[in-house]
Amino acid sequence: MEAVHAHEHGHEHHPSGIMRWVTTTNHKDIGTLYLWFSFTMFMVGGVMALIIRSELFQPGLQVVNPDFFNQMTTLHGLIMVFGAIMPAFVGFANWQIPMMSGAPDMAFPRMNNWSFWLLPPAALLLIISLFVPGGAAAAGWTLYAPLTVQLGMGMDLTIFAVHILGMSSIMGSINIITTILNLRAPGMNMMKMPLFVWTWLITAYLLIAVMPVLAGAVTMTLTDRHFGTHFFNAAGGGDPVLFQHIFWFFGHPEVYIIAIPAFGVVSQVIPAFSRKPLFGYTSMVYATSSIAILSFLVWAHHMYTVGMPVQAQLFYMYATMLIAVPTGVKVFNWVATMWKGSLTFETPMLFAIGFLFLFTMGGFSGLVLSITPVDIQLHDTYYVVAHFHYVMVAGALFSAFAGVYFWLPKWTGRMYDETLGKWHFWLTMIFFNVTFFVQHFLGLAGMPRRIPDYALQFADFNMISSIGAFGFGLSQVFFLYIVLKAIRSGEKSPERPWEGADTLEWTMLPTPAPYHSFETPPVIK
Amino acid sequence: MAGIGMLFGAAGASWAQSRYNLQPPQSPIATQIYDLHMLVLVICVIIFVGVFSFMFYAIVKHRKSVGHKAAQFHENTTVEIIWTVIPFFILIGMAYPATKTIIAMKDTSTPDMTIKATAYQWKWGYDYLNGEGEGISFFSNLATPKAQIEGSRPKGQSYLLEVDNPVVVPVGRKVRILTTANDVLHAWMVPALGVKQDAIPGFIRDTWFKAEKPGTYRGQCAELCGKDHGFMPIVVEAVEPEKYAQWVAEAKSKQGASVVDPNKQFTLAELMALGEKVFAGNCAVCHLASGKGMPPAFPALNGSKVATGPKDAHVKLVLSGKANTAMASFKQLSDADLAAVVTYERNSWGNKAGDLVQPAEVKALRK
Repeated sequence: MEAVHAHEHGHEHHPSGIMRWVTTTNHKDIGTLYLWFSFTMFMVGGVMALIIRSELFQPGLQVVNPDFFNQMTTLHGLIMVFGAIMPAFVGFANWQIPMMSGAPDMAFPRMNNWSFWLLPPAALLLIISLFVPGGAAAAGWTLYAPLTVQLGMGMDLTIFAVHILGMSSIMGSINIITTILNLRAPGMNMMKMPLFVWTWLITAYLLIAVMPVLAGAVTMTLTDRHFGTHFFNAAGGGDPVLFQHIFWFFGHPEVYIIAIPAFGVVSQVIPAFSRKPLFGYTSMVYATSSIAILSFLVWAHHMYTVGMPVQAQLFYMYATMLIAVPTGVKVFNWVATMWKGSLTFETPMLFAIGFLFLFTMGGFSGLVLSITPVDIQLHDTYYVVAHFHYVMVAGALFSAFAGVYFWLPKWTGRMYDETLGKWHFWLTMIFFNVTFFVQHFLGLAGMPRRIPDYALQFADFNMISSIGAFGFGLSQVFFLYIVLKAIRSGEKSPERPWEGADTLEWTMLPTPAPYHSFETPPVIK
Repeated sequence: MAGIGMLFGAAGASWAQSRYNLQPPQSPIATQIYDLHMLVLVICVIIFVGVFSFMFYAIVKHRKSVGHKAAQFHENTTVEIIWTVIPFFILIGMAYPATKTIIAMKDTSTPDMTIKATAYQWKWGYDYLNGEGEGISFFSNLATPKAQIEGSRPKGQSYLLEVDNPVVVPVGRKVRILTTANDVLHAWMVPALGVKQDAIPGFIRDTWFKAEKPGTYRGQCAELCGKDHGFMPIVVEAVEPEKYAQWVAEAKSKQGASVVDPNKQFTLAELMALGEKVFAGNCAVCHLASGKGMPPAFPALNGSKVATGPKDAHVKLVLSGKANTAMASFKQLSDADLAAVVTYERNSWGNKAGDLVQPAEVKALRK
């Protein structure tokens, strides 16, 4: 990050060292903080995944006890969703939204600082919860009541962590919405915004709509635990299923909170390396918006087995299947963008194509799961685990990798090593599929998720999956090496390393981007 | 990598059916689910191959390195309408058979018999409520020995999928299953029968199946329910109606024999012997056979205030459980079992309360 530092304006006084990062209100510094925080959490959550996969390497209990296993699956989920993937895309938002929309910075720089610095304490609460009496929350990342009412104080720490993470997300979203709506360069009307900016505008609205709902759900759990309420206790007139309705009213839009910014990154990368404009800009905007709206209408498809009336099952099935239409439109658009382009395959493009290919597979397994009777058969099995890892990892994570390789030259002024980047892609691609493809078979054969030990017929695929997981994990350490090497000793990046990239940060700003982007707004024709 | 190739290649023919696909269906609903899954899978594969053959064609032919110049076209309303409308009709084609199956799955009316499955942390209890076998009631525990789980003995054929008392049902009859739970959420799942239904404390839900062929169908709890979620299997034994009638007769006579006179006075030795068995079956999973527990979630009983304090409080705790902890209510156990297990806890390891609890005292403490 030294390169960025060097561009500071001489007449301004900035604290240096650690205080620079603690007090910073600069969108680029904060974006950097988000990205490093997210990568750190990605490693922590990754270690937890490897503990899970070590236990599942063969049948029998070898590595951890069942209670600790449950703590690992819970924390792995929470940390990856709230600590790794979401902050990664907020990091992209911080770096890119002002530069791509011609704004000088984010609309509320001080609040921006606060939104970031809420994250480390929340992450600490989650990690500390491992060491309190009773250990961390062990009810799965979905935190279903009434199991959560039984747990020790680790659950309370988790609840507070979720509260803090929610506050951070809401403040971040307010900032993003205000920046996009008010600070765009003159002439950049809404339908000229780059798609990445559009997707974040939609995502930020989703976040503001659903994070308070999650906060409500965990607060109700807290009062059930300590203050004598019975929201989720039938004996007191409550209903355990109520928790699931509230949780998934948050949880389903959450899936799109993660996926939609990923769509945004891919929609920048694919046209750039196809040297061809996005095929259907307008239809992409409408498709993304429809996905966002539909995401509020399908939450109960996560809970068909709670025993809903037949009408409810039908409604949620039809609504869920409908999401396939706008999702299909997006996939068709990306493929049509590549069609008759002039394609090159640098690392960002490889990850974008990897995203397109694997995310579509995750979409199809989603379509399989949208069929209620099939979902009831596969609910809570490894098929679902495979499905959401295709969407979350091959979807969101691949897109984040594409974004890092794509914008790293702009951020640091240095190029990553292209050969190493390609190696990273292929290792990630292969090991991802080794890990997760076989989990479809496990789920079809009926292996439940969240179990530390399993029947013998599941042994072979679990062993393959565990081998894949270790390969996948190591490939990401390699990614760290590639990024550090680029920052420290990468070749100097040309002004426009990507021939086909035509958004403002490439056309109107030098490389590396100056500390303050647009002190006078650019004029958009 | 070589191992993977070998594994996929060596998949035996007998396994082929269930190794890469759903288990062979054994009930009418499971068959419908199997067919629906195949239908959707085939449609998905066709679309996938179609869409990505365009992409891979572009990757090969439209690359800069072969000198392809980028066309600059974008937006085409006709194309965009086509690729919105066609998927919509494909979806209707999938939704139609799915709707029929949903309606059939939810139709739990006019069953030949009804069994209530009650989930406990971590076992199942079954009560035959209606139809042939009415009145039969038993618990079903994991039968796999700990030594197999810990690896000191080789694992058996049905490792983790075996129970002491399976649910026995006649083939060809519509069996309605009511599910409920004693403590937290669980789910009753038997994949081959196409059944999965959450068990929710305080609520009753239902589902049904009709086993077509005699056989043993194995499943597991499917909803995370705490520490031993992975260790509460479900085994359904489907038998010919004549064999079922035989089983019912045996089960009933066994049940009659085990009823204890509620006013019988036990000796300490009798209670200790019975108590040890009850403890091993219900308590040792958390508090361990050594009574040392796994603090702090599962406290030690050896030397605990409860087990060395007043006995009424001890009985009451076991009867009603402790709110907001993993200690569930064990009121489902008989008075004799409870009396025995409390006596056992008070007089084992280092505990020397010296008193004993009679079934009549437990009965008096039940509300």
